[in-house]
Amino acid sequence: MARIDVKKTYKLYIGGQFPRSESGRTYVVNDASGNLLANAAQASRKDARDAVIAARKAFGGWSSKTAYNRGQVIYRIAEVLEGRRDQFVAELRATEGVTAAKANTFVDAAIDRLVWYAGWADKITQVVSSANPVAGPYFNISSPEPTGVVAVVAPSGPLLGLVSVVAPIITTGNTCVVIASEAHPLTSITLGEVMATSDLPGGVINVLTGSVAEIAPWLASHMDVNGIDLTGVTDAELATALEVAAADNLKRLRRAPEATVDWLATPGTDRLTDWLETKTVWHPIGV
Amino acid sequence: MVKVPETHEDRSLRSARSHEGFEYAPAPESRSIVDIKPSYGLFIDGEFLDGHGKSFKTISPASEEVLAEIAEADESDVDLAVKAARRAHSRVWGRMPGSERAKYLFRIARIIQERGRELAVLESIDNGKPIKESRDVDIPNVAAHFFYYAGWADKLSHVGLGPDPKSLGVAGQVIPWNFPLLMLAWKIAPALAAGNTVVLKPAETTPLTALLFAEICQQADLPPGVVNIVTGAGATGQAIVAHPDVDKVAFTGSTDVGKAIARAVAGTKKKVTLELGGKAANIVFDDAPVDQAVEGIVNGIFFNQGHVCCAGSRLLVQESIADEMLERLKRRMSTLRMGDPLDKNTDIGAINSGEQLKRIRELSEVGDAEGAERWEVACDLPTKGFWFPPTLFTGVTQAHRIAREEIFGPVLSVLTFRTPAEAVEKANNTPFGLSAGVWTDKGSRILWMANQLRAGVVWANTFNKFDPTSPFGGYKESGYGREGGLPGLAAYLEGTH
Amino acid sequence: MRRFLHGLPGVDQVGAEARAASLGTRSIKTTAKDFAIDLAIRMVDLTTLEGADTHGKVRALASKAMHPDPADPTCPMTAAVCVYPDMVATAKATLGSSGVHVAAVATAFPSGRAALDIKLADTRDAVEAGADEIDMVIDRGAFLSGRYLDVYDEIVAVKQACGDAHLKVIFETGELQTYDNVRRASWLAMMAGGHFIKTSTGKVQPAATLPVTLIMLEAVRDFREQTGQMVGVKPAGGIRTSKDAIKYLVMVNEVAGPDWLDPDWFRFGASTLLNDLLMQRTKRVTGRYSGPDYFTLD
Repeated sequence: MARIDVKKTYKLYIGGQFPRSESGRTYVVNDASGNLLANAAQASRKDARDAVIAARKAFGGWSSKTAYNRGQVIYRIAEVLEGRRDQFVAELRATEGVTAAKANTFVDAAIDRLVWYAGWADKITQVVSSANPVAGPYFNISSPEPTGVVAVVAPSGPLLGLVSVVAPIITTGNTCVVIASEAHPLTSITLGEVMATSDLPGGVINVLTGSVAEIAPWLASHMDVNGIDLTGVTDAELATALEVAAADNLKRLRRAPEATVDWLATPGTDRLTDWLETKTVWHPIGV
Repeated sequence: MVKVPETHEDRSLRSARSHEGFEYAPAPESRSIVDIKPSYGLFIDGEFLDGHGKSFKTISPASEEVLAEIAEADESDVDLAVKAARRAHSRVWGRMPGSERAKYLFRIARIIQERGRELAVLESIDNGKPIKESRDVDIPNVAAHFFYYAGWADKLSHVGLGPDPKSLGVAGQVIPWNFPLLMLAWKIAPALAAGNTVVLKPAETTPLTALLFAEICQQADLPPGVVNIVTGAGATGQAIVAHPDVDKVAFTGSTDVGKAIARAVAGTKKKVTLELGGKAANIVFDDAPVDQAVEGIVNGIFFNQGHVCCAGSRLLVQESIADEMLERLKRRMSTLRMGDPLDKNTDIGAINSGEQLKRIRELSEVGDAEGAERWEVACDLPTKGFWFPPTLFTGVTQAHRIAREEIFGPVLSVLTFRTPAEAVEKANNTPFGLSAGVWTDKGSRILWMANQLRAGVVWANTFNKFDPTSPFGGYKESGYGREGGLPGLAAYLEGTH
Repeated sequence: MRRFLHGLPGVDQVGAEARAASLGTRSIKTTAKDFAIDLAIRMVDLTTLEGADTHGKVRALASKAMHPDPADPTCPMTAAVCVYPDMVATAKATLGSSGVHVAAVATAFPSGRAALDIKLADTRDAVEAGADEIDMVIDRGAFLSGRYLDVYDEIVAVKQACGDAHLKVIFETGELQTYDNVRRASWLAMMAGGHFIKTSTGKVQPAATLPVTLIMLEAVRDFREQTGQMVGVKPAGGIRTSKDAIKYLVMVNEVAGPDWLDPDWFRFGASTLLNDLLMQRTKRVTGRYSGPDYFTLD
């Protein structure tokens, strides 16, 4: 008789832990052929609220780590992900119905994407800072600082899109709350497991699964969220409404892309600089 | 060992001390973690081969015991290495996507971290520096350098040299004995990140960590020929510099040899960076944070036994606090522990070689002859090995040789100044220009001094701080070019001098 | 007073913390470790300062101070016990002529927020009950608002009320926050006649730290240099392991000097530290790692 397998439970990833939704709700996630894969947790506004609290709590520590340290932690996430490569390939094939070749390509690219961003941690400051030659006896320097807690609506697609929106946020010292793809949420929680086992402090990344239309407005209007990334919002009306809500505390905003994104292409630095504030300091020069 | 001297009579309430004092028992780091082979070959094209030159021995400067026999690379060996580097560049490394090169460098960084203890012990044995320093400063910085530059390999379009800057090709690199593995990291990490391949010669008195690094390259599966390590002395170095198929020369060492290299590459297309000697001024104002300034002075000249190109070898102390600073300095120096480099409590290790010791002694005698007053920490010198106690000369002026020439040992020359302008004048009055230190509580003065000082690195209220992101290099005869940060990378790409 | 205190050399935070950390890398082994452990035990002010303290608890503490390890009579006694003023008599009665001192906290410990005559009455009360040492708190409100002379005058008054008892002056460095403040408080307290300067009450985080103690050791060293007088140093609170205690002793050794390596000039304000010292002492003797079952709770 064939061995009965132990089915995995998919919960939320908040503050380094895996709680169920406080609402107790789940929703059915099927595979490409319509078979039941799992009951994913359906996050509520209270879960979103808790996630923001966790992200805020983690921000002080994460942003004050040396850039070198952050780079090493993100590289470690890549190491752990590499170790679980096959699991992700299998999961992507099962949950999203992609071919083996595509799954392999995208998982490899996700690992490499993490390595790419790990390498940015201690360099972005050099690339965007300047010593400014003001017309007076002053030392004047502009340098970037992380903005704080960033909410993200992740794009759908096999893993790479998710990694590509989350990594640049945390590389620069921000923390984030990400709403995973509604149709394909499971891989994002498995990615949460990778985060939880790779020296990433709890709360730096928090993953919510559930209804984007239900949860996103709560994050967009949250006064303790500093930035919002609408990359994964496909409904134009919803995107506009979220942008309006975000204006209440002038969140830093990244709109949904107009064209389809080729996630495999090497990114620019805009996803890094989106969540950076520039601070300019003046100091007199004299004996 | 070294005892704290009592400077004046105590009229205090002090009770007669009921013990002899807190004697630190020996705390030796174990040698068993390293496995030194009886002899080593040259690392060319991914393998260890015999050299055709005359092999030589490397010894422990603390005990003079022979550690291993080292191959000497003659011109034919150097030629072989350059050819291997060229092949590796044109066929493999130069055309490999940056993201893949990055992953090799990350692997190397990781292995360095994993084998960190082993590397630190080996460095201390071969170089003579205290294990505390190789463990806490050298090796962590080596790993950090590889981590930092690994991340640049696939981001060259962001360096500011255009969308797709090209590597130079084959780099010939010659490094000194004072920070053997760290100097190797400063050379190899950016070169490889930028897509070059290298032929590197470690110093003849400190080849062992470079040879262990070669093993690490094998462990990381680095394609053969990307890194080649050729051991030898001056002749081997000259052969590398002179080789017609080397595109870039990088040298750290003495100013004299640096000038010889600059002459040797004249008329060729070779790009050169040189990191040479220094005679840095460590300037202490009357409002300096006093205790930290004392630490900074001590660190500035006694860290690594003073074998540091950017050492704060001239103390320029404001005359109004000179006496007090000297008292504090001497008291602090008296707590320095000199001895077995592998003892975890050792602060001052051995001088790297008999030759260097001779030079330090000679220049110190010059100091005596010139009329400066010598003061040294009272300690028993071991009978074997090369040792020089931490020493300071007071009553030194700019006209003294010990204020102008680099001693490269634990000898501090103390001069005074009255005003900031005078401090700047004296600090700049040297053919060197590598580094300087400024100690004051006043921010605006720090910035003013930094602006005026003709030095490539200015440390304010700190000293001897290094980071892979922070460019390092000198003005004037301290060399040209910078290592670390973006300039360190740009030096290995087309589009810069 | 303000001009003098603000004219003292500044402290660079990064440099001070680096020096403290660097001293913490000293490796103290074998005979050196034996010396340090025994010395540390002899320097402990075994402390209980809880609202829930009873005479029974204090009796037990005092017994432990005299016989830290009942299984080993060679184990030295601690320097003192440290209790609230209303517990002094009980401690004194238990300790008898053992040589272990009784230190009492006073002056509206831990906050120091009360009128001067109340603080003095508190002090006298403890002295009359038999306290050998008084651990007072400075008025941090006055200090932080720059009323240095008020702080000074208070210390002088308390010292007078101490009579023959020795005075330790607690800064509550966690509230003073900057190293510059710690340096200023040190000089202020030493000039006012304190016998000891002490970091903390143990009731506020952070309590004792290595860098703060470094600053205080530099101060007592410099004070002796200038006046010939020695003043003691007591870090209190947060020192839990032998490893920590040894780091402090290394710092005393290399910063102030070996003259301070004596219970007359250096104390640890601690409670759980003692058992860890005993465990390490036992390991040195038996070669085996020990466990809490083998040491008394109090």
